[in-house]
Amino acid sequence: MGGQGTILLEWIGEAPMASDLLERVRGQVEATFAVPTDLRAVNGPPSECLDPRRGQHSSTKILRWILAAVPPGAAKVLGITDVDLFIPVLTFVFGEAQVGGPAAVVSTARLCLTYDEEPAPPVLVEARLLKECLHELGHTFGLIHCADVTCVMSRSNSVLDVDQKRAGFCRDCRQRLRALTEERDGP
Amino acid sequence: MKAKGSILVVDDEEIVRDSLARWLEEDGYQVDTAPDGQAALAKLAAQAYAILLVDLKMPGIDGLQVLAQARTLQPDAAVIIMTAYATVDTAVQAMKQGAYDYLVKPFEPEELSLMVGKLTNTQALRRENVLLRKALKRQCEFKDLVSKSPKMEAVFELARTAAKSNSTVLILGGSGTGKELLARAIHAESLRREGPFVGVSCAALTESLLESELFGHEKGAFTGAVGSARGKFEIAAGGTLFLDEIGDISPKLQLDLLRVLDAREFCRVGGSQVIKTDARIIAATNRDLKKLVDSGSFREDLYYRLNVIPVTLPPLRERKEDIPLLAEHFLAQFRTEMRKPLESLSGEALEMLMAYDWPGNVRELRNVLERGAVLARGPILTPLGLELGPPTLPPGAPTDTPDSLREVERRHIEVTLKQHNWNITRAAKALGIDRVTLYNKIKRYQIREDE
Repeated sequence: MGGQGTILLEWIGEAPMASDLLERVRGQVEATFAVPTDLRAVNGPPSECLDPRRGQHSSTKILRWILAAVPPGAAKVLGITDVDLFIPVLTFVFGEAQVGGPAAVVSTARLCLTYDEEPAPPVLVEARLLKECLHELGHTFGLIHCADVTCVMSRSNSVLDVDQKRAGFCRDCRQRLRALTEERDGP
Repeated sequence: MKAKGSILVVDDEEIVRDSLARWLEEDGYQVDTAPDGQAALAKLAAQAYAILLVDLKMPGIDGLQVLAQARTLQPDAAVIIMTAYATVDTAVQAMKQGAYDYLVKPFEPEELSLMVGKLTNTQALRRENVLLRKALKRQCEFKDLVSKSPKMEAVFELARTAAKSNSTVLILGGSGTGKELLARAIHAESLRREGPFVGVSCAALTESLLESELFGHEKGAFTGAVGSARGKFEIAAGGTLFLDEIGDISPKLQLDLLRVLDAREFCRVGGSQVIKTDARIIAATNRDLKKLVDSGSFREDLYYRLNVIPVTLPPLRERKEDIPLLAEHFLAQFRTEMRKPLESLSGEALEMLMAYDWPGNVRELRNVLERGAVLARGPILTPLGLELGPPTLPPGAPTDTPDSLREVERRHIEVTLKQHNWNITRAAKALGIDRVTLYNKIKRYQIREDE
């Protein structure tokens, strides 16, 4: 889906990178977008992204930090973290992305929990993480939220919403993604 | 991709503006931001927004002041006030000032999603409603005539222009298209509206009766003329004379009429006194006058005298978009006349009316609806109560309608007899034949009472 750089998945969590899990996610991302995808671990995010009062990290600040250091050759950088993310007016966010831009961030903090805040099974966590990675990267390709609740581009406000959707784009979003990529890279 | 609508985020904190804008952009909204009240008001003066997300506490012009100004500058924009200070007083004040809602920071993503989504849907519905109302209003009216059809709009335009003049108008159109209504409307719109509108159906009278009807007669002009009488030309003085079915008048009357139209004067039948007329003439016919001229049965000079402002009324089948409007119009009439709680037609009934060809035009539609209204048991007219004429079938299509004239006659007689409980005198009168003929036909067709 275009040969203008790679998609870089960056582990920016506090815990060590779960390489096997993220490698599987990377493979799926590469297969979905048909763009070479790399995985690496980076130290971060910087301490100024943490709001001590809320005990959460500002996803907007993390995004700015990622943007400031996009490596050469990377078309998209998706930061994956285990810290809980927020934007000031909301209690939390699963992630944040620039629509049509190069940077996005996803948090596993809430994906690891069930709706009742119990630890979720690893298989479920992996499925959720993949969905949210595809979702945020979809935004960076220019897609917006989809009304089809089973499409990966539908907005998720809870893990139930995440579980409801498939790890793939609906037909409309797939067509839009193709059109947006062709618009950018040429057919 | 279609943008969903514009949202203005007003907050003095840059990170709030930036993050909230991005969050909303992911939903497909066009987002604009303003760092303070002053900048927000400048933006409100320059661009339209569907939703305003405004922080309550800002230095300088605060959220409530922005809200107050927004109500004046953009009354259609919905304002959501955001605040970190949850006080009932400010919430009440904001709502009193017309805020759509009030959010206490930080709020759940779901809460914002739902609120913005609901607002967008409501606004879309409201816009749709306005558009639908406009479309509904786009009907044109000319006195008692209503239409949404561009063809009729052109007719009304021409009729309005004609109304302003004194020129003769020739209304052409099939039976039941509303020729007399249009003639009355032209009269009512004209400067002669205070004068009389006098109508004559030229096809309904014999030549001598029509002559007397139009020009009047003097005492003794013909057998039975016991006194003198004014004709329609005299009665219509200062007003409008409507000559319906003008294509059916005799050659003699065509000549008489031509003379009156030329000289604007005439004599009563049997009289010698010249009477001036200033009646404005509106003639109408459902016949093709040009063809009648070509075949020699209508005077060419009279045709050109009448054809000064020709107005052609299209048949109903060519303006089917008017059927719902006319149906509504007639139902409203019947509701008042019959004092029945008639509300509307069912979807199926309307579909049926739309599919029909309406050879009898608006008059037939009115009759069908009148019958339906009489028979209606509830407020909604269903296809059951609406009896349309035989369906229009393509040539050669199989049909179960009787195709022999004898069969049609037999059925008609049978129905009429039943309607009159086999009272031969009344049935014969209704059929327009004498009793003996009816007896003969009953015998010939072997119609029996128990059938």
